[in-house]
Amino acid sequence: MTSTLTPVRKRSALTKGQLPKFAPYVVLALALVVGAAIMAVIGFNAFGWGIVAAILFTAGLVGWSAAVEGGRKAKDKLATCLVVGSFLVALLPLISVILTVLINGLPGLLDPGFLNTSMNGVTGAFDNKSVEQGAPVMGGIYHALIGTIQITLLATVISVPVGLLTAVYLVEYGEDRPLARAITFFVDVMTGIPSIVAGLFAAAFFFAVVGPGTKTGAVAAVALSVLMIPVVVRSSEEMLKIVPNELREAAYALGVRKWRTILKVVIPTAISGIASGVTLAIARVIGETAPILVTAGFATSINTNVFSGWMASLPTFIYTQILNPTSPSNPDPSSQRAWGAALVLIILVMLLNLGARLIARIFAPKTGR
Amino acid sequence: MSKRIDVKDLNVYYGKFLAVEDVNINIEAKSVTAFIGPSGCGKSTFLRTLNRMHEVIPGARVEGEVLLDGDNLYGPGVDPVTVRSQIGMVFQRPNPFPTMSIRDNVLAGVKLNNQKMSKGEADALVERSLQGANLWNEVKDRLAKPGSGLSGGQQQRLCIARAIAVEPQVILMDEPCSALDPISTLAIEDLINDLKDQYTVVIVTHNMQQAARVSDRTAFFNIAGTGKPGKLIEVGDTHTIFSNPTQKATEDYVSGRFG
Repeated sequence: MTSTLTPVRKRSALTKGQLPKFAPYVVLALALVVGAAIMAVIGFNAFGWGIVAAILFTAGLVGWSAAVEGGRKAKDKLATCLVVGSFLVALLPLISVILTVLINGLPGLLDPGFLNTSMNGVTGAFDNKSVEQGAPVMGGIYHALIGTIQITLLATVISVPVGLLTAVYLVEYGEDRPLARAITFFVDVMTGIPSIVAGLFAAAFFFAVVGPGTKTGAVAAVALSVLMIPVVVRSSEEMLKIVPNELREAAYALGVRKWRTILKVVIPTAISGIASGVTLAIARVIGETAPILVTAGFATSINTNVFSGWMASLPTFIYTQILNPTSPSNPDPSSQRAWGAALVLIILVMLLNLGARLIARIFAPKTGR
Repeated sequence: MSKRIDVKDLNVYYGKFLAVEDVNINIEAKSVTAFIGPSGCGKSTFLRTLNRMHEVIPGARVEGEVLLDGDNLYGPGVDPVTVRSQIGMVFQRPNPFPTMSIRDNVLAGVKLNNQKMSKGEADALVERSLQGANLWNEVKDRLAKPGSGLSGGQQQRLCIARAIAVEPQVILMDEPCSALDPISTLAIEDLINDLKDQYTVVIVTHNMQQAARVSDRTAFFNIAGTGKPGKLIEVGDTHTIFSNPTQKATEDYVSGRFG
């Protein structure tokens, strides 16, 4: 039969079969249901349900795809499932940590006076009273917050000039000399120093120089800067290295001296990276416990002088509150304070990270027209 | 305000490697001298010895004399910074300072050296330099904007403005047009023509037509083979070099038989 009708084609010759758009959702629903059924047989728990459902989903979607779409698409789906699965596995602990700290820490944080009172004069009797009679939990982290901020600030003031100048030497003057190679090697070694060793070093150093039993915020700051310096050197070095040589040559060709070129051209060009590297280094040491414990001790009252007397900090506050509750018979108020302090510490680190991004954006070379 | 350069028996080394051998050349004041030759023959290396930029590279050194109006650049006690403030340089790729505005880029030579200058003087210098680089009309309304937002050709002219703002005696240009389109190249070539009224200009170029268009004198460099040092083969009036060279290699090169 001759016909003028165009032949009705079911499918383009260029494609194979395709799964419908809703396929992943159908498979997901099936996997959840079947997974729940399997778990009901062997004893239900949410974690196992998630794993079984994920395996069923992967197998189901890949199998279906292989039947309809062919091997290449099926492999693609398998890879997608693996990548997304790994991402979820990596994300789970993080979300879990943040949730746990939020849930346990919020009551402490919302306690009136938590941020602006210290533990001075707060005894076990108060805690017993709050547990037995429902009185508000007394005491706060003001002294620890002050200590953490002061110690970290002093550590930064020590580390940034030393670290930045070391990086400048390595990149601009080192020229792969033996001294430069030795510095690079020892910076790498310093990166791996356990933090307690840094604390012992600072304590021993001050015992020898100032006198036995010297425990102040400044000693802790020295211990922290031992941990910070290699991080600052490394990140600044990388940032200085990526400043194009052409900019240095352009400045030299204008008759600018080398130190001025470094100060006015190289460092400003790299400053955004250096600043965010420094902020991340701070975030790295702000939660250190062990070195502060052996260098600054732990105080219950406010001490704003880093150069004399023991000093509290958030990590050591958490440590002592959990290990030696203020009231041994009723440890709950202490653990509430510890979680609250942990939440504050996490918020501090998050703020520092946000600050690093902000600094990077503010200082970044502008390209607007 | 321009000086002549005389080079006597100059050998240029990278470490132990002899890169350019035994160059003798006289560069006249207020003229344009072009260096031509195949890649790797040492034109740029030689150019960088004329304002002591060569020694910025670790291990690089020279033997011989470069005389700027009779004063040896490589004499004992000569400060390379003084040399470079008298002999400016424009590079192959435009390299404005990314952290600075257009205005600050022009003033970089002054500001980076912490010389004090009143705002009026600075404004006049910015306008004079940008006029000199044929860029003033294009950027006068956006002097506070970053220099990296300009087009490639404008950036290169900004770099020339930056170089002439320090009022050098000599301007060296290392293939200033090789990263630019024909229109921008034409703008730079016109500029070179204007510059030679005030400055001694030395330009390295791959483009023989460009050398023929802009230069008064041309020097031809060549290399015998890889690993051998580059040599100055012939130098003379541009017209002579392109129409009636004395050396066979020059004739082969300018007529396009090799290179």
